[in-house]
Amino acid sequence: MSIVNHMQLEFSGRPQNESFARVVISAFAVQLGPTIEEIADIKTAVSEAVTNAIVHGYEGRGGTVTLRATVDDARLLTVEVEDYGRGIDDLDQAMQPFYTSKPDAERAGMGFAVMQTFMDGLEVQTAPGKGTLVRMCKQFAPEAK
Amino acid sequence: MLQHARQRDTLTVRLNGELDHAAAEGVRRDLDALLADQRVLHLVLDLDGLTFMDSSGIGVLIGRYRTLAGRGGTVSVRGMNPHIARIFQMAGLHRIINKSC
Ligand SMILES: Nc1ncnc2c1ncn2[C@@H]1O[C@H](COP(=O)(O)OP(=O)(O)OP(=O)(O)O)[C@@H](O)[C@H]1O
Ligand SMILES: [Mg+2]
Repeated sequence: MSIVNHMQLEFSGRPQNESFARVVISAFAVQLGPTIEEIADIKTAVSEAVTNAIVHGYEGRGGTVTLRATVDDARLLTVEVEDYGRGIDDLDQAMQPFYTSKPDAERAGMGFAVMQTFMDGLEVQTAPGKGTLVRMCKQFAPEAK
Repeated sequence: MLQHARQRDTLTVRLNGELDHAAAEGVRRDLDALLADQRVLHLVLDLDGLTFMDSSGIGVLIGRYRTLAGRGGTVSVRGMNPHIARIFQMAGLHRIINKSC
């Protein structure tokens, strides 16, 4: 597969940039002719990953978040959200539905489950003290002739 | 982002716009100010004007459910779009929050 388009963006890990990231990824995905449902899926998954970077990665203190996306010639959209924050000690536990390290902040522990359900693939690389990279992909149907 | 109406022990609140982590704090504060009135037992959330919600919104709903369940009340929702309904279902909220019309 070869990449036919890509984008990369850096922004501050501030809550108001959550909606900014959603707008950016929606605009980038338009080239794939997505359905309303597909756009909603991608926006929600990116929102979860960016919120996690801000809330958990940087624990509300801010830092740089990187958003990358590629489209390949098989119409696969790959999205990466990376932070350079605290990382995750126990990834298996973190990815369990309903697990949250911040229950008193009224978090549901649903972020990873949402990313998993709304995208076709999810991969997480993390190193304690270094940061977290979330890679998600979504396959789009062949273009109508 | 919120309009409300009160009828006896029932408070109806209409949420508008996007309910993400950035918006959650304000919505939580506004709802809690309205729920400070102990006479309110039932909260009906009208989500018809909500264009986006993620797991941060789920957290807000669960938190208000806890408040009302603690005083013997209920939370119900109406006007969910299919996308919000899917997240709602995934989080198991249909078991604690009723759908009203
Ligand atoms: N970028 C990150 N950096 C550090 N820890 C993270 C990161 N993303 C997730 N985590 C950890 O994984 C846990 C689970 O994340 P998930 O998004 O599933 O739930 P949550 O964020 O706690 O709650 P919700 O997403 O429902 O508001 C978090 O509580 C946190 O401990
Ligand atoms: Mg989360």
